[in-house]
Amino acid sequence: MFDWKWGFTFEILPRLLEATLNTLIAAGLGYLIALVIGLVFALAQRTPFRLLTFVVREFVEFIRSTPLVLQIFFVFYVGPQFGVRLSPWTSGMIAIGLHYAAYLSEVYRAGLDSVPKGQWEACTSLGLSIQRTYFKIIIPQAIPTVIPGFGNYLVGIFKDTPMLSVIGVMELFHAATSIGAETYRFLEPYTLVGAIFLVISLPAAMFMRRFEDWVRVSLGMKKLHAKD
Amino acid sequence: MSDGNFPLQLEGDDVPMVRFDRVTKRYGDLTVLDSLTLDVKANEMVSVIGPSGSGKTTVLRMLMALELIDEGVIYVEGQPMTHMEKDGRLVRASKSYLRQMRTNIGMVFQQFNLFPHMTALENCMEAPVQVLGMGKEEARKRSVNLLGLVGLDDKMDQYPSRLSGGQQQRVAIARALAMRPKIMLFDEVTSALDPEIVGEVTNVIRKLNDEYNLTMLMVTHQMGFAREISDRVCFFYEGKIAEEGAPDEIFSNTQNERTRQFLNAVLEAG
Amino acid sequence: MASYLEFLQIYAPRFLDGTIITLQQTALGILLAVLVALVAGFMKMAPVFPVRLPAIVYIEIFRGTSLLVQMYWLFFVLPLFGVTLDKFSAGFIAVGLNLGAYGAELVRGGVQSVRRGQYEAATALSMSPFTRMRRIIFPQALLNMLPPWGNLIIELLKATALVALISVTDLMFESKQINASTFMSAQAFGTALIIYYVIARFILTPGMRGLEKRLSRKLSIG
Repeated sequence: MFDWKWGFTFEILPRLLEATLNTLIAAGLGYLIALVIGLVFALAQRTPFRLLTFVVREFVEFIRSTPLVLQIFFVFYVGPQFGVRLSPWTSGMIAIGLHYAAYLSEVYRAGLDSVPKGQWEACTSLGLSIQRTYFKIIIPQAIPTVIPGFGNYLVGIFKDTPMLSVIGVMELFHAATSIGAETYRFLEPYTLVGAIFLVISLPAAMFMRRFEDWVRVSLGMKKLHAKD
Repeated sequence: MSDGNFPLQLEGDDVPMVRFDRVTKRYGDLTVLDSLTLDVKANEMVSVIGPSGSGKTTVLRMLMALELIDEGVIYVEGQPMTHMEKDGRLVRASKSYLRQMRTNIGMVFQQFNLFPHMTALENCMEAPVQVLGMGKEEARKRSVNLLGLVGLDDKMDQYPSRLSGGQQQRVAIARALAMRPKIMLFDEVTSALDPEIVGEVTNVIRKLNDEYNLTMLMVTHQMGFAREISDRVCFFYEGKIAEEGAPDEIFSNTQNERTRQFLNAVLEAG
Repeated sequence: MASYLEFLQIYAPRFLDGTIITLQQTALGILLAVLVALVAGFMKMAPVFPVRLPAIVYIEIFRGTSLLVQMYWLFFVLPLFGVTLDKFSAGFIAVGLNLGAYGAELVRGGVQSVRRGQYEAATALSMSPFTRMRRIIFPQALLNMLPPWGNLIIELLKATALVALISVTDLMFESKQINASTFMSAQAFGTALIIYYVIARFILTPGMRGLEKRLSRKLSIG
C-alpha cells in the first residue's frame, strides 16, 4: 500500500542527485552536438546541389519520423555487428545528437526562411560576401524566430535522456530503475525522479519564455508572452 | 449605482429609444467616455463624428454591452440595459439579462466579422435559429428576404471569402436585421472598404432609413453621407459631446472651434 | 542483400505482430490524447481559477516530466495506490496522457487564435457563450489546430515505442527480441525503423492532410 518511507528517500537522494549530473551533462552535450549538426543539415538543404539537398532532406525526415529509443538501439548495436565497439555514452550521444540535429535543422530553416527575401537581395546588390550576409544581416534577423524552437528542444532533450538508460548510460532514470531492482521499492525512486525532472524543467521553461521576450524586446519587437 | 440617482425606468410621454445617462468608461487611466448624456429618439438617425480616440466607437460598444461601463446607466426603450432592477434598486445587469436586451439591438462592424465557415444565407439564419429558436424554414425565408433587400439574393449560397468587401458588409447588415432589432448600430462600416464600393453600403443604409422604422446610430467618417441622411449629428471630442445639432448647423454653421478644426482637417484629407 | 530477404521471410510474421500492437497503441493513445486535450484545454480557458488549476497542474506535470518516467510510474507505482494497470493499458494511457498535455495547449492555441471580431459578432447577435463556442468559435479553432495536431500524431506514434520497455510486445519489442536472438542488429532495428517511417510518412501524414482538406471543405474557409 501507499507507504512513503522518508528515511529511504534521503538514503537514495544522493545517488539520484549524482545521476542527475550525468543527465544534465548528457543533455547539454547532446544539445551542443545537435546545434552544430543541425546547422549543417539546414545549410546543406540550401545548396544548389539537388542530390545533396534531396539526400539530406530525406535523412532528416527519416530521423524525425522514427522513435529516438529505436535509433539509440540501432547505433549501439549496429557498431559491434560490423566490428566497431561503441560505448553506451558514445552511441547515446551520437543517436540523441543526430535526432535533435534533425529537429533543430527545421528550426534553423524556419528561421532563415523567416527573413524576408528582400534582405538577401539587398545584400547581393551591395556586394556583401556570403559570410557577411549570413553573419551580419541574415542570422541576427533570424534569431527571434528560432529562440522559442531552440528553447523548447533544449528542455525536450533533457526530458528524453531517460531513453539512454536502455543502453546502460547511468543517468537519472537508470539510477531509479537500479534502485528499484535492488530494493524492490519503486514508489520513492520513481516519484523522486519525476520531482527532480519537474524542478528542473519547469523553471527552465519559464526562463525560456522570459528569455524569448527579452530577446524580442532588445531587438525592438513586442513581447510575445503575457505575465506568467 | 443603486444610489437612487438613476431612475428604475424612464417614464413620461417622450421616452427616448436610447438614453445614455451620465455614462463614464475608463480604460486604466484613460477616460474614454466622460459622464456622457445622450438621447436618441425612436426612428431617429444620429451620426456620430469626431477624431479617433474621441470615444465615438466606444459609445456603440457600450450600448451593445460588448464591454461594461464604469459609471452611469444606459436605457433602451425606457428600460435599463446596463443594469437591471432587483429589490427596487438598480444593480449591474446579469449576463442573461444583457443577452435578452441585446436582441433589440443590431450591430454592423467595421471588419464585417462574418462567420467564415458559413454561407451568406447561413450567416443570416444562424442567430434567429440558435437564439430566437426559430424554425429553419422560417429563418430561411426571412434571411432570403433580407438578402434580397440588400441586393444579394444571387449570392446567398456563397461563402464570405468569395464576396467583395462591400458584399460582405451588406450581408453583415442583413444578418443584423434578421434579429428584427429596433435599433441598428453602424460602427464605421465603410472605413474598411475601397472608395468605389462605399456607395453599395451607404445605399443600403439610406434605404433602411427611408423605408423602415429603425432607430439608427452611425459612427462614420463619411461626412457627406452623414450630412445627407442624419436627423442629428453629434461631434465627439475627448469623451464628451462637444457639439450636437441638425446636420446643416454642424456642417455649415458650426459655432464650435474644435468642430470647425475637425471638419477642416477631414475636408482637406479629401 | 539475399540474406536480408531471407531474414525478412523468416521474421516478417513477428514484425507484423509487433506492428499491429503498435498501431493499436497508437490508435488508443490518439483517442485518449484528443479527449484529454479537449477537456484540459477548455478547463485551462475557464474564467474560474478552481477550474483552471487542475488543468494547469496536469499539463505542467505531464509536459515537465519524461514519458518513460510517467509510464513506469503508472505501471509500477500506481498499484501501491490501489490501481493496477496491465502493461498494455499502462502503455497507451501514459502515452495518451503525456501527449494529451501537449494537445491541450494546441486546443487552447487554436481557440485563442480565432479573431476577436468573431466573438463580438456572435455576442452582438445575442448568442450565449455556449452557442457561440459550439457554432462559431470551435469550428474555426478546429481548422487552425489541425496542422500542429498532425505533428503531434506522429510524436504519438514514436512515443508508443517506449511501451516495449514495460514488455508490451509491440514493433520495437519484437525488433529487440530478434536482435537478441540473431545479433543481426542492422536488419532487426533497421527494418523496424523503416516500418515506423512508412506508417508515419505514408499513412499518418496523408491521413491528417486528408482530414484537413475534408474539414476545410466542410467548413469552407478560404
